Order: sequence, then structure tokens, then C-alpha cells
Amino acid sequence: MLKITCPVCGLGADETEFTAGGEAHIVRPASTDPENISDEAFRDYLYVRDNPRGLAHELWLCARGCGKWFHAVRDTYSHEFKMFYKLSDPKPQLNLTKKPRARAKAAKS
Amino acid sequence: MHGYISQSDKGELVIGGGADSYLNYSQRGSLPAIEHTVTALVELFPAISRLKMMRQWGGIVDMTGDRSPIIGLTPVEGLFVNCGWGTGGFKSIPGSGFVFADTIANDRPHPIAEPFGLDRFTTGAVIDESVAAAVAH
Ligand SMILES: [Zn+2]
Repeated sequence: MLKITCPVCGLGADETEFTAGGEAHIVRPASTDPENISDEAFRDYLYVRDNPRGLAHELWLCARGCGKWFHAVRDTYSHEFKMFYKLSDPKPQLNLTKKPRARAKAAKS
Repeated sequence: MHGYISQSDKGELVIGGGADSYLNYSQRGSLPAIEHTVTALVELFPAISRLKMMRQWGGIVDMTGDRSPIIGLTPVEGLFVNCGWGTGGFKSIPGSGFVFADTIANDRPHPIAEPFGLDRFTTGAVIDESVAAAVAH
């Protein structure tokens, strides 16, 4: 059971109070010139995801709280949330030098 | 509501199974997924609410953008894929082996496999069906 804290309203609750929104910071192809957006660009926007085993930027919805979307950085192997931040906050850089399993071992020892 | 159930030769009930709504590489299973499955099955068979759960298992499923498998050629010459079976594999994977073998032998998609090509995510001709799982995805 994931424990999540909404950075907008402060609700701290189980994952069942929230809705997962998948990978964050995916930018829609610019629509000022829609006829010249390639099919490949829309494929990347709609379907291509990193699916990292380790740290991931994610979207979550505070479904049973304030109803706002927000961001989180979560380890997809250990489930540890590193941080929660608002949609308007800049994308934090992740320290990816250690692999998740190495981190799990380091945490145990 | 989503669940399946069958009885093993030893008498135990084997039940399953849903997927988490978020990326999960832990392979530990998760409480909300268990609760969701058990809720559905207890609604169907109230008597099993008296049973004790002996063990649980969780693994990784390879889901695609439209929940259908990807069968066919790739941009890399000589590399073929038959993957993304996610929740829908058991019944159609053996059949897919025949069309996949034909695809590899002739270096072109078998007519049955053709709509399942990787390029459907570029053309937009995605397949909104549940393969063989009889589950509305
Ligand atoms: Zn909230």
C-alpha cells in the first residue's frame, strides 16, 4: 500500500484515495502548426514511455481530496516516494547513479 | 469488478488477478489489487469469504498502449517481436506462435498478424479489443 501526500491540500492517505496518472512531464507536440506535426511525434506523445525500474516522475490525482493533479518522484522498485511537488513546480533532476537493487542493498546494510 | 477462480487438484482455490494502476517492478503484489480481486469473487461466491488466504503472488505484465500484443517486424532488420501479451495471453499465445513463425520465415507479417504490427501506434490503427481474455480493457 502506497502512502501518498498531496502537495496541494496536504492530504496524507493510502493510494486508494488517489488515482495514478502515469509518466509526468510529457509535452504535447506544439499545435501552432498542426498539419506539420509528424505521426511519429504524436506516437511519442501518446504511447512512448520510459517505464524506468527505479526513479520515475509521475502524475497523481488527489481523487478523494482536493481533486487536483500533482507530481511525484517514486522508486518503481522499492515504492519509496522521494518527493511530491505541484504541477507548476519545475521538473526536479534525479540522481540516477545507483541502480535500484544497489540502493536497496545499501539501505539494508 | 474483475476476477477469476479455479480449483486445483489439491482442492485449493486459485484466484486472480488484476494489475496495479502504476508502474511496479517490485514483484511483491499489492494490497489494493488483492482486495479488488477478492471483493469481486466474494460477491460472486459469498461462501468463500470464510476461507483463509494461504499465499499470494505478484509478477510483471507487459502491457501495450492499446492492451493488444505486438507481433511482427521491427525497424531493426532481422529482429522480430511477439510481445505485449499482458493480461491476455494464455489462449492465443500458442496460435500466435504459428503466425510468428510464418512471419519470421518470410520476413513479412503473416496476414493475421499484420494489424498487430508495431507501426499501428504511428498510424493510429490501434486495436481496441481484449484479445482472448474476454475482459473489457
Ligand atoms: Zn489534494
